[in-house]
Amino acid sequence: MTMSRAREQILSALQQYSENGGYRGIVKTPKEEGLSKEDRVARITQMMEAVHGEVHRLLDREWMKWINTELPKRGYKHILVGSGDIGKIVNVEAMDSLQIHSYTAEIEEWKDQLFNQVDVSITSTRGGIASTGSLVIWPTSAEPRLMYFVPPVHVALLNAEDIFESFEQMVIEQKWSKEMPTNSLLVSGPSKTADIQQVLAYGVHGPKQLVVLILG
Amino acid sequence: MKQGNTLSDRINNSLGKAQNRQNFRSAMSGLMEKRAAQFPDDEKLAKLRDRGREIRANSLRNLPYLLIELEKTLTENGIQVHWANNSFEANQIIVCLLQQNDAKSVVKGKSMVSEEIELNSFLEGHGISVLESDLGEFIIQLADETPSHIIMPAIHKTKKEIAELLHEHFPELPYTEDVDQLTQSARKILRNKFNQADAGISGVNFAVAETGTLCLVENEGNGGMSSTVPPLHIAITGIEKVVEKLADVPPLLNLLTKSATGQTITTYFNMISRPRQPGEKDGPEAVHLVLLDNGRSKIYGNSSLQEILHCIRCGSCINHCPVYVQLGGHAYGTVYPGPIGCALEPMRLGINKVGGLTSLCTLCGACEQVCPVQIPLPKLINRLRAESVLRRADYTSLIGAGSMRKPLESWGWRIWKWIYRNPAIYRVFSLIVTRTRELIPARMGRWARYRFNPKPARRTMHELAREAGFDNE
Repeated sequence: MTMSRAREQILSALQQYSENGGYRGIVKTPKEEGLSKEDRVARITQMMEAVHGEVHRLLDREWMKWINTELPKRGYKHILVGSGDIGKIVNVEAMDSLQIHSYTAEIEEWKDQLFNQVDVSITSTRGGIASTGSLVIWPTSAEPRLMYFVPPVHVALLNAEDIFESFEQMVIEQKWSKEMPTNSLLVSGPSKTADIQQVLAYGVHGPKQLVVLILG
Repeated sequence: MKQGNTLSDRINNSLGKAQNRQNFRSAMSGLMEKRAAQFPDDEKLAKLRDRGREIRANSLRNLPYLLIELEKTLTENGIQVHWANNSFEANQIIVCLLQQNDAKSVVKGKSMVSEEIELNSFLEGHGISVLESDLGEFIIQLADETPSHIIMPAIHKTKKEIAELLHEHFPELPYTEDVDQLTQSARKILRNKFNQADAGISGVNFAVAETGTLCLVENEGNGGMSSTVPPLHIAITGIEKVVEKLADVPPLLNLLTKSATGQTITTYFNMISRPRQPGEKDGPEAVHLVLLDNGRSKIYGNSSLQEILHCIRCGSCINHCPVYVQLGGHAYGTVYPGPIGCALEPMRLGINKVGGLTSLCTLCGACEQVCPVQIPLPKLINRLRAESVLRRADYTSLIGAGSMRKPLESWGWRIWKWIYRNPAIYRVFSLIVTRTRELIPARMGRWARYRFNPKPARRTMHELAREAGFDNE
């Protein structure tokens, strides 16, 4: 139901007083500090750790070894992957003690399992933002949206090459405005709240733990 | 507006709650420090605020055109747009959407606009269960209270009060005052609800006209889940929240999170541009946006008040207000408290209804100094005071303009003006007043309840000055 009368009323009330002057805001690539790749890695690590993110710097193919060593050690068993490259590698190379679930069916078919069983999700990222310590995520059908919100632990792989200095720089240089995906997301640390007497607590709805593996 | 009947009842009530005042004092001090730590460089901050102001001013200059563009891009993206003149229409739209989709249970992300239209009670009246999923909102929903702050709705509660509240509603959970454990209890309770909800409702922080994108800023992940897990997502926002370009978003986001809670960025920044597409495995099948006017277009028409629509709802003005920190949010009796409330609510609801709020301002200017988009709040509040005692309202005037004009007071001021404009009369007047000082009543009633009784001096200042050797000229 669209209240088209409301539409006309609101717009005509506004149009009486508006001056349509065209865009007068400033859009220009902001001056960045010009950080080197290593500086960007250092900055994002520092910012992530400041908000309880766990960060490791690894060589390209070491991440699977990290998964196989660390996840069992921490007592995690049910691992969720997508159907992309990471998912394929994990499915082939994961240790037997890890039970791998692939996000291949629509959510309606296995919601309970996702909410109640999965311990950890492992995903790729589109990039990172050094100044705010953020992961940039464009979920896809291979790595759907709920992988980033529902499991208690999220392990994200981030290529060092893809870390930008600022969000603004990334949006402008990659021309995001040409075509936005269904959903895009910045994630900066594990889920948190300070709603109880200003005391910071982690893992209120989203992941309690965010592990970022910076590769390369 | 549950707490007390009149503004002064509510103020007295709030001032009497020592624990509450202590809670607000410590919370606001912490927030002020955290914000200051995020902006160490005054020059950079000034530049960023200039930019924030310019982006919002641009949005407002072109508001109707941007709304049309937003509607076009959202529609192309598959998000349906609905327009509502007022709370009633917005509630009707939402309840119809829910009924069409046979939705019986709703999870909500935090939305002040939904508070504005009192959506929860409306939906519950139609047999639809509503669950607030933001932890603070969840707490006050359990307590059947309203938010006392626009960013931290349960800021007035201690952890002990929250522990007791949770225990009362969920006796199966063990009693604890440990914040981590309380948070985990809430996680458990709310998880199931997300899983089972038929629809999600959220607010919007920025709506991007260029790309048809709805942006949500949050820390908990409940906004992300409310807008992803259920098959239907309804977002609601005021018409002023639109921005023109996607590139407008990063600077505003930067200002918003730093000003609001002193965070470099929130945990989640969610940009939603489409419902679930073929092949995608999650996300809502349908996304709707309700654009709410509710008095905003009327404010837009008043050029001297329009700037209030620049607001990005960071709550920084509230955190820095010396009056809010003493009273807390409930004393205001409106959805938006603090400086933003004192300015916005009389404009939105009418001076005849809540014009008294403007007298809660000391005009100290702290709010304007910290506002990330440089809204001159004291100027606007002062302007409202003038509107509230206007002699003749015209078509640009706000609802209830002139309604606070008191005949006796306005006569008093007219006589004052007459005396002070005529030197001879002024001299006679001041002589009489100084010579009859003993006749001033010992008790001046309500006026002197918290003030000293005024008593004129023995001699006028002119007399004293002449004695000291000053001439008339």
